[in-house]
Amino acid sequence: MSNPALQEKTKPFKKGRKGPKSQVGMAPYVFIAPAIILFLLFTGYPIVYSLVLSFTTNEAGVNVFAAFENYLRLFQDSLFYEALFNTFIILIVQVPIMTMMAVILANVLHSGIHRFKGVLRVAFFTPTVTSLVAAAIIFLLILNQDFGIMNYMLTSFGIERIPWLNDPFWAKVSLIMVTIWRWTGYNMIIILAGLQVIPKDLYEAASIDGAGPLKKFFSITLPQLKPVLLFAVVMSTIGTFQLFDEAFNLTGGGPINATTTVTLYLYENGFEYFDFGYASAIAYVVVVIIAILSFIQFKVAGDRE
Amino acid sequence: MKLVGKLLKYIVIAIGLFITLGPFYWMVVGATNSSGSLLSVPPNLIPGNQLLVNFRNLVDNIDIFQALWNSTIITVTFTLVAGLISAAAGYAFAKYKFKGRDPLFAMLLVSMMIPYQALIIPQFELFANFGILNSYSAIILPQLAYPFAIFLMRQSMKSIPNSIMESARIDGCGEYRMFFQISLPMMLPAIGAVSIFLFTHQWNNFLWPLVAIVTEDMYTLPIVLSILGGQDNLDYGQLMLAATISVLPIFIMFLFLQRYFIAGIASGAVKE
Repeated sequence: MSNPALQEKTKPFKKGRKGPKSQVGMAPYVFIAPAIILFLLFTGYPIVYSLVLSFTTNEAGVNVFAAFENYLRLFQDSLFYEALFNTFIILIVQVPIMTMMAVILANVLHSGIHRFKGVLRVAFFTPTVTSLVAAAIIFLLILNQDFGIMNYMLTSFGIERIPWLNDPFWAKVSLIMVTIWRWTGYNMIIILAGLQVIPKDLYEAASIDGAGPLKKFFSITLPQLKPVLLFAVVMSTIGTFQLFDEAFNLTGGGPINATTTVTLYLYENGFEYFDFGYASAIAYVVVVIIAILSFIQFKVAGDRE
Repeated sequence: MKLVGKLLKYIVIAIGLFITLGPFYWMVVGATNSSGSLLSVPPNLIPGNQLLVNFRNLVDNIDIFQALWNSTIITVTFTLVAGLISAAAGYAFAKYKFKGRDPLFAMLLVSMMIPYQALIIPQFELFANFGILNSYSAIILPQLAYPFAIFLMRQSMKSIPNSIMESARIDGCGEYRMFFQISLPMMLPAIGAVSIFLFTHQWNNFLWPLVAIVTEDMYTLPIVLSILGGQDNLDYGQLMLAATISVLPIFIMFLFLQRYFIAGIASGAVKE
């Protein structure tokens, strides 16, 4: 692969902020070279190549140019719409609930509890280090309709058993619950870090003005957290569109495709039907959707900067 | 009023802890009970004495030691190499002004928005063409240049004082020595934080190994778990034991190094 960074070799080096220019030499290029070469080979090239693939179709083992055939097929594919719909539902329900819970937990840890703060931080973070597969496996048992502990707790409150994984609606709920369980701690840590850099004198000034805790939360904490919340929401949106491990292991996309996410559908087309062209077209539609959503989120939340 | 607030906080924490840690307790209880006892109503919440039986069944069913070994080799190699690569790149992005720096860095950032799943088909073909699917390197290579890790490294490398670099240069220190002998040791906590992130990521990596691995002797722990979970007559005791084995090493590491880990995650969100 050609490395654009290394082609700069012959040009004179632009001097660092203050340092003597001759000493620095090629060093920065040497430092980034491994990362850039590996990146171009295993990420850059695949990005371009899958775009090319999305315009081809496989005929008797040979990739042939098919123009927009895959994309046209995609726009008429009801299963794709369903997968897209499922992903959006999960996004709209999961991300706000998870972010809200993370904000609440972070605030409670930040303000109230001093003694066990460290221990609690670790405890709430443990789901994040668990593999998604393991999480799905544990919940497979917890959410079992007949024997699961979840339904046992519900029945002891007089609520009827819920067919968590066997009903289209409840399977979506299950998937959302598992993702919330897995990721709330991660977002809590990010928000906690954001809380720690809010200047204390803002709160002191508000106290002098007689602001109560709720007033302080809404007029100081939330606005100050905006960039951090934006980061969390954008990352969660990207994450939701990549939702795969949980759906694959918890529900396998079922029942009747109720939990088939776009990436699960992509995987099925690519590695079960070996339709690489079609799968790549799905990938690129997802890329465009993520780009649009991220752009909207930046526009809505980042109006100041 | 103050008392109510405090009480409310403790209730939130108690519920949060129950939801967060409950499933883990259930997993450990499951690993020590028979499948039948796990499926009893009301559920058995007390650890049992079936751990060794479950263990024997698990070993008979699938080569869990091989999977543990594969996961360990892959993850440790990946973490060391990816850690060094991203530290070097992050250092250059943070501490030097060079031609092409900003576009290259922007390219890395933008690539984080592209779902990983979009890349696996070309990667699969790439490795198939080289004839190295189903190998350790097939799993390790694709993410060695991990943009998020480079991003985190750059954030922390910014804190190396320029004055130290200046005085080292005046003393005749070369750029490479400056990186390896001055900057790297200073940045050890930050590098540790990012390395733990890389370690966890690779230890739990599922989709790419699922695609790239073909034979049983190459299975990693998440793959083994997924296969056990997909079997027709699920043995839950065995399954919970396998889940415990797959999360235990990372838990232990996390408990010892959580301070760095959490600092690493947090540094991505809060700038300067």
